[in-house]
Amino acid sequence: MGRYVLRRLLQLIPVFFGTTFLIYYLVWAVPGDPFAGKCGDRRCPDSYIQFMTEKYHLDDPIWMQYGTYMKNLLQGDFGQNFSGRDISDILITAYPNTLKLALVALAIEALIGLTAGVLTGLRRNGFLDNLVLVSTLFLIALPTFVTGFVLQYLFGVQWKIINPTVSNSPTFAELLVPGFVLGSISMAYIARLARTSIAENRRADYVRTAIAKGLPQRRVVGVHLLRNSLIPVVTYLGTDLGALMGGAIITEGIFGINGIGRTVYRSIVTKEGAVVVSIVVVLVLVYLLMNLLVDLLYAALDPRIRYE
Amino acid sequence: MRVSKRAGAVAMTAAAALVVAACGGGDSGEKSGGDTANGAITIDGTQPEVGLVPANTTETGGGKIIDFMWTGLVQYPNDGGAPQNAVAESIETTDSKVYTIKIKKGTKFHDGTEVKAKNFVDAWNWGAYSPNGAQNGSFFSDIEGFADVHTEDPDGEGPKKAPQPKVDKMSGLKVVDDYTFTVTLSAPFSIFPVKLGYSTFMPLPDAFFKTTPEEFGKKPIGNGPVKFVSWQDNVEIKLARFDDYTLADKVKIKDVTVKLYQDDTAAYNDLLSNNLDFQQQIPVSALAGDKWKSDLGERGLNVPIPVSQIIAFPLYDKRFQNADLRKAISLAVNRQEIADKIFFGSRKPANTWSNPLTAGGKEGDCTVCTFDPEQAKQLLAKAGGFKGELVFYYNADASHKEWMEAVAQSVKNTLGINARAEGIPTFAVFRQMINAGQMKGPYRAGWQQDYPDVENWIGPLYVTGGSSNDGKYSNPQVDAAYKAGTQAADADAAHAKFAEATKIIDQDVPSMPMVTVNQQSGTSERVKNVQTTNVGEIDLSSVELK
Amino acid sequence: MSDPTMGSMVTPPAEQPTVPATTVAPDAGTPRRKEKPRGLLGDAWYDLRRKPLFWISTAFILLFVLMAAFPSLFTSVDPSHGELSRSRVEPSANGWFGYDVQGRDVYARVIHGAEASIVVAVLATIGTVLLGGTIGMLAGYRGGWVDAILSRVADVFFGIPFVLGAIVILFALNPPGSTRDKYSIMGIVVASLVILTWPVSMRIMRSAVLSTKEADYIVAARAMGAGPGRIILKHLLPNCLAPVLVYSTILIGSFIGAEATLSFLGVGLKSPVVSWGIMINEAQQFIRVSPFLLLFPAGFLVVAVLSFVMLGETVREALDPKLR
Repeated sequence: MGRYVLRRLLQLIPVFFGTTFLIYYLVWAVPGDPFAGKCGDRRCPDSYIQFMTEKYHLDDPIWMQYGTYMKNLLQGDFGQNFSGRDISDILITAYPNTLKLALVALAIEALIGLTAGVLTGLRRNGFLDNLVLVSTLFLIALPTFVTGFVLQYLFGVQWKIINPTVSNSPTFAELLVPGFVLGSISMAYIARLARTSIAENRRADYVRTAIAKGLPQRRVVGVHLLRNSLIPVVTYLGTDLGALMGGAIITEGIFGINGIGRTVYRSIVTKEGAVVVSIVVVLVLVYLLMNLLVDLLYAALDPRIRYE
Repeated sequence: MRVSKRAGAVAMTAAAALVVAACGGGDSGEKSGGDTANGAITIDGTQPEVGLVPANTTETGGGKIIDFMWTGLVQYPNDGGAPQNAVAESIETTDSKVYTIKIKKGTKFHDGTEVKAKNFVDAWNWGAYSPNGAQNGSFFSDIEGFADVHTEDPDGEGPKKAPQPKVDKMSGLKVVDDYTFTVTLSAPFSIFPVKLGYSTFMPLPDAFFKTTPEEFGKKPIGNGPVKFVSWQDNVEIKLARFDDYTLADKVKIKDVTVKLYQDDTAAYNDLLSNNLDFQQQIPVSALAGDKWKSDLGERGLNVPIPVSQIIAFPLYDKRFQNADLRKAISLAVNRQEIADKIFFGSRKPANTWSNPLTAGGKEGDCTVCTFDPEQAKQLLAKAGGFKGELVFYYNADASHKEWMEAVAQSVKNTLGINARAEGIPTFAVFRQMINAGQMKGPYRAGWQQDYPDVENWIGPLYVTGGSSNDGKYSNPQVDAAYKAGTQAADADAAHAKFAEATKIIDQDVPSMPMVTVNQQSGTSERVKNVQTTNVGEIDLSSVELK
Repeated sequence: MSDPTMGSMVTPPAEQPTVPATTVAPDAGTPRRKEKPRGLLGDAWYDLRRKPLFWISTAFILLFVLMAAFPSLFTSVDPSHGELSRSRVEPSANGWFGYDVQGRDVYARVIHGAEASIVVAVLATIGTVLLGGTIGMLAGYRGGWVDAILSRVADVFFGIPFVLGAIVILFALNPPGSTRDKYSIMGIVVASLVILTWPVSMRIMRSAVLSTKEADYIVAARAMGAGPGRIILKHLLPNCLAPVLVYSTILIGSFIGAEATLSFLGVGLKSPVVSWGIMINEAQQFIRVSPFLLLFPAGFLVVAVLSFVMLGETVREALDPKLR
């Protein structure tokens, strides 16, 4: 087990470099001169473009730019964005908010999704099953901006239960509604996944055995059934944390959450490779560690899976 | 021209940010209201893209803060009238070439030092010196000696670099004494004093030259009615009344928080729930169906601002070199219907080559701005028709899709040309294609006037080599009339010459004015008397609490 | 997941080696006795025929396919012809679904939008499932260094933000002003969606394989000399398909949305071409005054997604031996 973890951690290194270089390269490959659009509908003075290009070494070959960036990064220096702000400052203020939001979303989708999935899995094709199916699909088919707008308008402006936008460092309570909006799509998927898994395993021999042994229903479902049905759900939840953090652009915008989504998007458009890579690197690390955690959980959930 | 970075628009970009209802907590105590002198307000804004240095800011987010924090030699009245002296005591000239500028004694920067003549001269020299890379550097090009401090890349974009300038001070600027300096232009230019209220011409304190522009830009020191307190990225910028301010436009309230939004619908919902006291532009989703009027009632403001949306022709493309064709396309656009249906009356159909608010501009001087299907069809036939697909280009990262599609549709329906609109993903790519002369069809070119004179709508846009004449329009007659105008003895004579130039432009149709902009703003229930400046920003000196 | 052996705590039942080649659960035995043994597919088909849900969802999907292939069967109105004078006119006898902000017929646009939406979403989903599923199967089955490399490659791809990857890929292949026709643009869009989303289905498939491959029936099959190909196709695939299928049916819905995002960025389908996603995006600003603009494309989207999910569900249940 220990060796397995160690090996996986070592594998992070090539992934780290592979991902950062690929992203750096992609940002570099986004067409357009990053400074061409800075002066509105007026051509920017050459002097300005030249000044900025030199300041950020943009006329170096791509591998050299990447090398410089990496060298600084490994010394703990994230560099500056084109506005002259320290990227590390951006990370420190934006990340906690995004992480909080993603965790709330994850908790909501796991809680609601799993509950719905278990209930419907146990009673397939009943009224409840169909109700859950249709309502979760409705959430998928509605774009996030609609869910977000409607909830914000109803709760924030009409009923005044919440503030339309969250505060500077939002508390978990403030993030409940945004979290629901963000998690609504995955919620449907988790409900479906859990339902399928439960329905399948309910017929499994060990469940029949458990029932035959006279175990109470609660124990059969809670211990035997749920535990064995969790693997695909856990996999998905694991991969989803990263996706939620990186995919919160719209939700963050609607509720005024100072997170990374918008920054990443803007930095892509303005070709600020250092900013994009810095933010995404952290995302990738979260994703990789979650994956590792999930892989380890497999072993805990299902003893047949072993890592030497 | 400042470019708005609030994409407002793009579906997904709708993003992030920001927050801060710090006001939720902190302000609540102050909301009891009434006490203007100790009052605090929250207004909306966007994160400035670069540090707050006047000569280096071209976008609206930072430009707004700079306008609040600095007062220039002259100021533009809210109604768009002729500029009035502010820091300047007098600006005098006999030949429109040498200007003697006297400034008022005793005005102060926020760090307590006095504003002196050298603060202007040093600031302008800094902005013009090309190694400093200021975005607005070219604004100083009228001044004698500009070419010596501002060098260009000899081969445009390319391997060669611009040579180091010979000197770092323009020969046309001379400090006479602490409160007097002279400006010598390279050629007579009667409009020059009007320019001086633009943020590029603001003075910089001595402290600026003792630190780096980056450091200064994070904690700027101005000479205006409010001073800088703090700036939290993507969250808020706090400003406070500068009590030693001596000029007329003092502010009455004590604290101003500029909350930095990235989604204007979020800001609007904050406005509705009184978490925000002023929103400069109400989002389209609330303009539709006049929702904002029922939401806000008397708290809504609707004022014209000197901004026009223009569609320019790439005259370097052979297909668009026939003036009759260009005229036909312009006449085929039903501007009124677009203003009504796409903009819900928040824009007015353009009928002038400048803007209704512009001094020296004439409404109705754009004869090709009308909708005349019959004449359009005749002109198209005369031009020999149009082959292939006519594509209108816009940048897809801001909200231009609807109206550009409507323009294409209007042309298609009227002329039977296969016309459509296409978005270019980012403004940077869009500008780059324009700069490089790669546009394959008419493209969007908005224009916000920098200073209130019709010259600003001709020189940069339609004169050969003008800074924003991207379609490469060139007509010697226009150039001659324009030059005569800039050298005229007084404003009226100048405007007469500019009108002449406009007449020729109106025949050539190098671009198509489409709509002029009205701005819809909203205020909260806490404030009263709110007015907006000539460019639509909140006039802080007008704000009082209820 | 699930197999004839027990989970964690129960002692192994004695019957474990009795299910070698077929994976049929014991309780399916009774009805089978009367008929000739059918193959897996035959069984599934027998099962499917009797499910009304299968027929309903198939009917809807056929309807959408028909819409996509022959829009002229449903409407003769040009979806790109608009007149501003009827901008945002509410549904009426003339325009059943009303007119959008440009004055275009919403009904005609919804019908014509089916093509781009369905084709892109279905192809991209198939592509994602095939690519991700194959790689996941390989990684899970082989394990060891193959798993390590494939998983890490997936990690790298997962790290790319969708918007970034899409802008770069599509901008390179479909620059502004290019004259590609809509089918080749659709192909490029599909390819970029697949490239950027396969890691998730890979992870899902891999996890399913991991939990299944040590099952006794697999061990038994291997002991009886079945080659890897046979084990994967005959035993692993049917037992691991469920989570990926569930994921894919839901993926269809999100791909329709993703396609619209790309169009809005200016790198996807271009203007006369219409899709449901584009319509939904365009309706965004009018949600308060003209909700019907959102309602119709979103309604079609819900029904389409629902049909695909239902179809996927019934097919999966029919294929899955344990649920019989």
